[in-house]
Amino acid sequence: QEAAKYEKKVMVLDFVTPTPLGNSWGLGGTCVNVGCIPKKLMHQAALLGQALQDSRKFGWQFMEEVKHNWMTMTEAVQNYIGSLNWGYRVALRDKKVTYENAYGEFVGPHTVKATNKRGVAKLYTAERFLIATGERPRYLGIPGDKEYCISSDDLFSLPYCPGKTLVVGASYVALECAGFLAGLGLDVTVMVRSILLRGFDQDMANKIGEYMEEHGINFIREFVPIKVEQLEEGTPGRLKVIAKSTKGNQIIEGEYNTVLLAIGRDACTRKIGLDKVGVKINEKTGKIPVNDEEQTNVPYIYAVGDILQDKLELTPVAIQAGRLLVRRLYAGATSKCDYMNVPTTVFTPLEYGACGYSEETAVEKFGEENIEVYHSHFWPLEWTVPSRDNNKCYAKIICNMQDNERVIGFHVLGPNAGEVTQGFAAAIKCGLTKEQLDSTIGIHPVCAEV
Amino acid sequence: GKNEYDLLVIGGGSGGLACAKEAAQFGRKVAVLDYVEPSPQGTKWGLGGTCVNVGCIPKKLMHQAALLGSALKDAQHYGWNIAQPVQHTWSVMAQAVQNYVKSLNWGHRVQLQDKKVKYFNMKGSFSDPHTIRGLTKAGKETIVTAENIVIATGGRPKYPTHIAGALEYGITSDDLFWLKESPGKTPLAYYPFVLHLYEIIVYISLTDASPDVSLECAGFLTGIGLDTTVMMRSIPLRGFDQQMASLVTEHMESYGTKFLKRCFPTKVEKLESNRLQVTWKNTDLGTEETDSFDTVMWAVGRAPDTETLNLETVGVKTNSETGKIIVDASEATSVPHIYAIGDITEGRPELTPTAIAAGKLLAQRLFGQSSELMDYDNVPTTVFTPLEYGCVGLSEEAAVQCYGSDNIEVYHAYYKPLEFTVAERDATQCYMKMVCLQEREQRILGLHFIGPNAGEVIQGFALGIKCGATYPQLMKTIGIHPTCAEEITKLHITKRSGLDATVTGC
Repeated sequence: QEAAKYEKKVMVLDFVTPTPLGNSWGLGGTCVNVGCIPKKLMHQAALLGQALQDSRKFGWQFMEEVKHNWMTMTEAVQNYIGSLNWGYRVALRDKKVTYENAYGEFVGPHTVKATNKRGVAKLYTAERFLIATGERPRYLGIPGDKEYCISSDDLFSLPYCPGKTLVVGASYVALECAGFLAGLGLDVTVMVRSILLRGFDQDMANKIGEYMEEHGINFIREFVPIKVEQLEEGTPGRLKVIAKSTKGNQIIEGEYNTVLLAIGRDACTRKIGLDKVGVKINEKTGKIPVNDEEQTNVPYIYAVGDILQDKLELTPVAIQAGRLLVRRLYAGATSKCDYMNVPTTVFTPLEYGACGYSEETAVEKFGEENIEVYHSHFWPLEWTVPSRDNNKCYAKIICNMQDNERVIGFHVLGPNAGEVTQGFAAAIKCGLTKEQLDSTIGIHPVCAEV
Repeated sequence: GKNEYDLLVIGGGSGGLACAKEAAQFGRKVAVLDYVEPSPQGTKWGLGGTCVNVGCIPKKLMHQAALLGSALKDAQHYGWNIAQPVQHTWSVMAQAVQNYVKSLNWGHRVQLQDKKVKYFNMKGSFSDPHTIRGLTKAGKETIVTAENIVIATGGRPKYPTHIAGALEYGITSDDLFWLKESPGKTPLAYYPFVLHLYEIIVYISLTDASPDVSLECAGFLTGIGLDTTVMMRSIPLRGFDQQMASLVTEHMESYGTKFLKRCFPTKVEKLESNRLQVTWKNTDLGTEETDSFDTVMWAVGRAPDTETLNLETVGVKTNSETGKIIVDASEATSVPHIYAIGDITEGRPELTPTAIAAGKLLAQRLFGQSSELMDYDNVPTTVFTPLEYGCVGLSEEAAVQCYGSDNIEVYHAYYKPLEFTVAERDATQCYMKMVCLQEREQRILGLHFIGPNAGEVIQGFALGIKCGATYPQLMKTIGIHPTCAEEITKLHITKRSGLDATVTGC
């Protein structure tokens, strides 16, 4: 859309290869269809469930029995997504960007073959190309995984309630999904191979896990599934999962209605003809290395988003990178995407917002004696009346003592963590120091003032 | 003779307690006097001051109760099956809130004890610059002397005593939070419509800028299902950005609060049914009108609590118009060794966090060899109306007045919180704007945000503004997706351009 502003002739190819279970979706990519958007809406549904419980303590009265209807929620979410798909198509049309619902792959220099759903192929040439094919969920590679398990690609449009669910994985996708499924009243178990939220601050990750466990989510740690069998067909059916310990030979079995795999995502770079044009990829991960101007090793081919090597897999990063790239190419701008201090939020039942260094990376980079960690537990005012979770919320900032006590890491665990963290990220961008933090007055009473 | 205490604080509220506790950290001998004169309706409360007992805390909790009412409606869209009817019972909420407040009263007493601060439940007045006469409820007198004295007695709601019946029949925020029974008497069926029999009217007439507990009260009263009307003589949220203020009241109107604009009451009478009849003048139409209500609540400003302090005896100067104590940048009054902090001081924002910060810094300067003065610039605040409004820095009008409209640029956007989509909620007033200087750096002068969790959103940005944040720096900050706050980092349409400022898609 940005390129079209500069009166360039632009085409977008988008195609969704159906999931092993046959699921597909419209224009917009992962975030809109099977990522951030449906995830946050279902997280909201779970939060509302909690709100219902709280409201009784605040004087609201209604029948004891409150049940959640999966279909009502999913339909509403899918309708909203449909409106976004439609919105994108209209936006592209308005901006005169040619859109083709076809699978694109390179066949030679400056040439791409686009194959549509019906198998009809067309060739297109362009001066420049941007690869932004993103990723898809990884499967375990064990018997029964593709036949019987679902992934996040399937969950958000599942036409039946998943029931008793086993979530395999410890990524933020795994924990967020496990979180909201439990919040909707389902029996949820999470099977974790080793640690939670690899790459995130481990102190915070453990607190998230603890909170989830205290709220009824079962964790099976240090096990991996080795086989999934179907006991009974149905919507949902019944599945048997056999798992092996990572520490020995112990084997366990469990029965579930649904098994959700969330063990990672693989870049969609293997089957798009990159070898035909000489674009180098990391053979192990499939990701594309680029320079700081998002250019691949082939000068006229660029890449943005989840497929980039060593870059964050986040929607806003991809958007920013894409926009700035185009402005550099066509509007004479020089700004590069700033990948430093990108804030993120994990929308687990107890939300976690972060910006900057984790405690362990700060210690590694600067040395323990050169950093200072300020921290505090807090109790959101809104949780006092329902007597909920005293002392679970937590915030910490990590400061670099060698640089005027500059704030290099910000972490908060609590409600609306995303809203809280956003402004702090802006402040960190401005070079926030502990002194400036101390001299800023808090808004009372909110969680962020802590 | 030698003074008994190093520091005596009169007033055990946000500012007073913070100051006292901080001073005690330095190993000083500190005492606090706190006393609550019952309201005309007889309401009183424990240690902690306005914020804890009749301000921020109960206000936010009742606001939460109202928000939960909206959440109940939203929940249905998200698949939760809630059997009708849904009702709200005031006494359950009030008791829960009051119990929590009492636990805070208790907590403060324990803290003072732990920090070895002496607490007197007495009303204090000056005998001389270092001597305070304390009087208990029973009339027992105690004399206390101190090297330094801090006045932090705060304020109390004013009554429009020129209106007949105002004092006898009306309540204020002092009473609202402690009502055992609903101001609208019996619980109403929340669905499908509100019965019009039980009504409350809130009259707002503020002459100076003050965070609007009154509008917030009207908001949550509406939210819990009570028929609420707000009567205003002039403009709401005086001193705040007026564009934002009208969006806030617009939302309240669509939310169900009734407004009687440009009207002022002339008398309040009690009817046989025990209801109250209010007579008022409509300045637009030039007519006189009446209607009856269950409760009349006054919100006509707060008066500084200085009357019984005996300030004239020691010569502490007050502002002749407002009655507030005049202080300099170090919180010192016109009398050496006597200081004042919090709502009682002239020219300061009436906010808990500023009182606390001022109190702490004062103690640090007196006893901790610090020289740091309180910075009252860019204090962020939030109005907890049904659709919350958070802001930091200058309003658009103040910026224009200060720099001229040619020298400022206002970026703005109308947005829709993701959570509103499935809930089919109206986001017409969800709006944000950033007021920047035009010159090259484009420093941010003010940030205004209306939407859910406004306080949480604004807090971090206030920090940024403290660091001298500029528009380009904010634009370099990547957004967190999906949140409302991220829209701030995406602001790019200016008011000057006249373009449609509605956010569309990712």
